[in-house]
Amino acid sequence: MTEAEPALAVDHLRVAFPTRRGLLVAVRDATFTIERGEILGLVGESGAGKSVTGAAIIGLIDPPGRIVGGEIRIGGRRVDQLPDEAMRRIRGREVGAIFQDPLTSLNPLYTIGRQLIETIRTHRSMSEAAARVAAIALLEDVGISAPARRIDHYPHQFSGGMRQRVVIALALAGEPKLIIADEPTTALDVSIQAQIIELLKRLARHRGVGVLLITHDMGVIGETADRVAVMYAGRLVEIGPVEQIIHHPRHPYSAGLMGSIPSLRDERDRLAQIEGAMPRLNAIPAGCAFHPRCPRASGRCAQEDPGLELREGVGLACWHPLDERATT
Amino acid sequence: MSTPLITLTDVARYFDVSPPWLNRVLEREPRALLKAVDGVSFSIGRGETLGLVGESGCGKSTVARLVVGLYAPTRGTIEYDGKTVAGSAATREAAARQGMQMIFQDPYASLNPRWRVVDIVAEPLRVTHPSIGAPDLETRVGHALEQVGLSPADGEKYPHQFSGGQRQRISIARALAGEPKFLVCDEPTSALDVSVQAQVLNLMRDLQRSLGLTYLFISHNLAVVRYIAQRVGVMYLGRIVELAPARRLFRVPRHPYTRMLLESVPDLSLVGKARAAVAGEVPNPLDPPPGCTFHPRCPYANERCRREVPALVSLADDVQVACHGVIEGRVPVDARVGA
Repeated sequence: MTEAEPALAVDHLRVAFPTRRGLLVAVRDATFTIERGEILGLVGESGAGKSVTGAAIIGLIDPPGRIVGGEIRIGGRRVDQLPDEAMRRIRGREVGAIFQDPLTSLNPLYTIGRQLIETIRTHRSMSEAAARVAAIALLEDVGISAPARRIDHYPHQFSGGMRQRVVIALALAGEPKLIIADEPTTALDVSIQAQIIELLKRLARHRGVGVLLITHDMGVIGETADRVAVMYAGRLVEIGPVEQIIHHPRHPYSAGLMGSIPSLRDERDRLAQIEGAMPRLNAIPAGCAFHPRCPRASGRCAQEDPGLELREGVGLACWHPLDERATT
Repeated sequence: MSTPLITLTDVARYFDVSPPWLNRVLEREPRALLKAVDGVSFSIGRGETLGLVGESGCGKSTVARLVVGLYAPTRGTIEYDGKTVAGSAATREAAARQGMQMIFQDPYASLNPRWRVVDIVAEPLRVTHPSIGAPDLETRVGHALEQVGLSPADGEKYPHQFSGGQRQRISIARALAGEPKFLVCDEPTSALDVSVQAQVLNLMRDLQRSLGLTYLFISHNLAVVRYIAQRVGVMYLGRIVELAPARRLFRVPRHPYTRMLLESVPDLSLVGKARAAVAGEVPNPLDPPPGCTFHPRCPYANERCRREVPALVSLADDVQVACHGVIEGRVPVDARVGA
């Protein structure tokens, strides 16, 4: 792996689920990159395809779903067509994963030390004693106090926030260059959320790990991510720097999404409303998938899919975007 | 405030979570009492929305259940529309609860999947108006569905034919069918996507204006509560620590816990800004710290806070706060910049 390669490069990724009534395309032509040390937020509403995208990257799509097109490169190495055994070695070593519920990621029957040491030794050639030292250092790094003592505790002896720290330590155990974090703070209380966000940011900066942060919580994205990708009905509709996407979105869907979020700081008389609901996978409209709900839609939108082209990390899929710098 | 519609006075609810008798005898384990709600007092005026916020386990949902009578209080009284409905002098008549409805968090779990929507929405009507005729029932159900933006024809469908947001509209229609005065909403939008949440919140606001409804709105999401509520109570480990008009609470939070909460919530306006991460977690409610339960996490705590439980005291501008530090002036008042 060379330093110049981005942590993750996804090119025209297409994931589909075969059903009796035909192929349901859950992710259509997703293209994006994540640099080392960069946090890319992937946002969208339930069913938009965020988690499937994440699962595709770590090679854990629920069957019968599969990748039917495009490429995924982690640190320059193509991983989308690897056999299961090779992918298993990449998972943990090249890419770590953090999920919503820390309890399901930890084995309740083993001490966290045993789980950490086993993970470290799977990916790095180390003696038991050296791995234990490394595990304690990892626990310290993720902010667990008295790690030398806590390492021999079982998952149930930790609180929710501390468990999520342990899961992050596990994800880091193989020293991966990329972390897929799927709703890592959703199950946590707000005061704990803030701590975990800080931790993710610090780890990305200091360790140069690229992070794909999947969440529906725009507040979390706003504080954590460097760039944001917005997904709708399986497509990426807009990618750009976090400040731009949140305050000056150009895609009408991104704009509607941002306007619908109540804010703590400003008083809104009325929340913006996108009428209707996201279409089901088996009923995605032709042309731009958003056009039936879009206030700016024209005849062209109903026929031609705008598609998203990525230029220097920024992209937009819309025939009639809002003006640049238009405020919401 | 006009005459309150509902008033809670020192309401508490304890749960016995002791191990079984045999374990207590053999392992000498003591009885354990979980004080889910421990002395909560507030009132809600007619046509007003009171928001209750707090982290998980703070007792906000227990308050909702006490208010609608799903739990009986261990202590204290609840007065609704001039009648005592729970507590020492409770009449416990079903009629007293008339005009009260509840909306729950999960629109998938709170609708019976085997019932048609028309039967779901008609159910409270059949209780409140037992002698109602079929045509009248149909008209009212159709009207309730129209009020929430669905069509009367949707009554023939089953819940699985609707999306999450539409199901929550059905829950609201069911609550409205009985022509209630008071809706208790326990995290009504927490299971919904933000764009759907916006639709439901706007709907709830419109309904309040047109029907003069009173809401008790419970949520862990401070921004949602700011949008919907006129007054807000902040709960911590079974007690209200601050109760104030929403604008004041969000601009000049007084209690150190309220400040901590506001500081720790990620918000869109904070893009790219660093935020002071908060130390510590909520203590075990089975074994809360003595004195003010927030003192282990509070930067202003002193000896008195570790010893004495602070009472909720009224300050100027309709603000109530339970904090020794605020009363003694140890906690500085600072308006939030940009709020």
